[in-house]
Amino acid sequence: MTVGVSVELEGTSVTLQGHAIVSDVNLAIAPGEFVCLLGPSGCGKSTLLNAIAGFVPASGRVLVGGRPITGPGIDRGVVFQSAEVLFPWLTVKQNVEYGPSIRGVGRREREELALGFLRLVGLAHAADKYPPELSGGMRQRVQIARVLANEPSVILMDEPFGALDAQTREVLQREVARIWRATGATIVFVTHDIGEAIILGNRIVTMTAGPAARIKTIASVDLPYPRDLTDPAAVRLQRRLRDDIGAEVTRTLIAQGMTTEQVA
Amino acid sequence: MSVGESLAARVSNRTKGARQFLFDRHRAVSILCTLVSIVAGLAAWQLASLRVPPLFLPSPLDTWQGFLELLDDGTLGTSILASSARILVGWGLGVAVGVPLGIFMGYFRWVRRLFDPYIEFFRFIPPIAFVTLAVIWLGPGEASKVALIFYTTVFIVTLNTIAGTVSVPELRLRAAASLGAGPLTTLRTVIVPSTVPYMVTGARLAMGNSFLTIVSAEIVAAQEGLGALIWNARNYSRTEWVFVGIITLGLLGFVFDRILRIAARTLLKRYGVAI
Repeated sequence: MTVGVSVELEGTSVTLQGHAIVSDVNLAIAPGEFVCLLGPSGCGKSTLLNAIAGFVPASGRVLVGGRPITGPGIDRGVVFQSAEVLFPWLTVKQNVEYGPSIRGVGRREREELALGFLRLVGLAHAADKYPPELSGGMRQRVQIARVLANEPSVILMDEPFGALDAQTREVLQREVARIWRATGATIVFVTHDIGEAIILGNRIVTMTAGPAARIKTIASVDLPYPRDLTDPAAVRLQRRLRDDIGAEVTRTLIAQGMTTEQVA
Repeated sequence: MSVGESLAARVSNRTKGARQFLFDRHRAVSILCTLVSIVAGLAAWQLASLRVPPLFLPSPLDTWQGFLELLDDGTLGTSILASSARILVGWGLGVAVGVPLGIFMGYFRWVRRLFDPYIEFFRFIPPIAFVTLAVIWLGPGEASKVALIFYTTVFIVTLNTIAGTVSVPELRLRAAASLGAGPLTTLRTVIVPSTVPYMVTGARLAMGNSFLTIVSAEIVAAQEGLGALIWNARNYSRTEWVFVGIITLGLLGFVFDRILRIAARTLLKRYGVAI
């Protein structure tokens, strides 16, 4: 099916309205790799994702499959945290058919395509419902199916489960891991949840607190899937990541005017 | 069916019944309130009319007789038809022009720049200021009245549609772009459907304005229509006909708005129209 391609960031910086959000990021993501961008809110990880998606201009180089990106494109599918990106006036199936219909795929073929991807995310039974009739978790699955229907080489996920309850989140994390294996796409996954990053990523990239956020650490996760957070190696990694991010959060709070004692 | 299931079904039926009962009672109370309000209004009107001559304030009964009179000689029917036709044509044209204009103004900056000076200027000038000009330019026939209704409709629909276009969630536009939609496809498949509720709001407000405008338009130059009926009643010193005209206007407006609401709610429900 899909084959993932590489994503390379070389000296990538993003400046929006005169503010440096992300500064000098260097990161090479291999084809088919699952990379999690982890960091506290407002650290610029979503901005970095938006730069790869082509939503915001970036300086330095952003290469996808070796080619510099100039704007949004169907080679990079984006799953957002908010379900308002679904079209509420279209049925679930029509939402999933949206990309293929723009590509000019015929009616019969794209219907089959949509049903196939809805089956993959376990939503074939809801094909004729409208998004407002679905639960939060189901809507995120529709988003994933809609992105997959374009068979992107890179899937960019911006805290896709951030607004869901813990149980639903766990189920969807397992599904994303399964879909990743099934499609072979490269995935860049933004999250502020350390556990989520450990369950999903081949590598976990932490970022410094903004402004002008940079990459702080890159951790490889050498644990077999499906992963167990109570595994001693996972626990050790969790502690290390928590310390890394904790230091950044402390720095932010002090920058915001809190005293060292208050933070400690 | 197992015992547990049938019990569950029975309980759920009973709660459904209870909810239905509460709902019915709620509805009955609200209908009763409306009736009380109308009857009280009529009673106050009747009492007030007892103390003054009918030329000043005709009683409800006088008005009812005037209504029957106008109904019998066909004046009322023709007036309603004439006014309704003008409103529907002028309003329909106004919506048909205002919606695309608002979409293009909201989406393309240069279109907005092009039309903005005129929209910002004319929206403060009420249609009644144009009644004389309309008659001079378009004659005393239907065209001048329809033009005034069109005028009053088009601005409000345009402005509401612009507001809708501008408030389409940015993320939805990004999602469409990354699914392969170019600017024109985005306009057609995302902007227009996202804006439908605003169009409906604009059209509804414009319908109300059309009723305000029709009376002034018909008073100046019309042989028939509810505005003409109200104005001509003066020549015969028949104040109760004025009342018949006013009440008919109110009821007609209510009916038009109801039809519009129900039509929009059923036909455009999936676009998020909830009025």
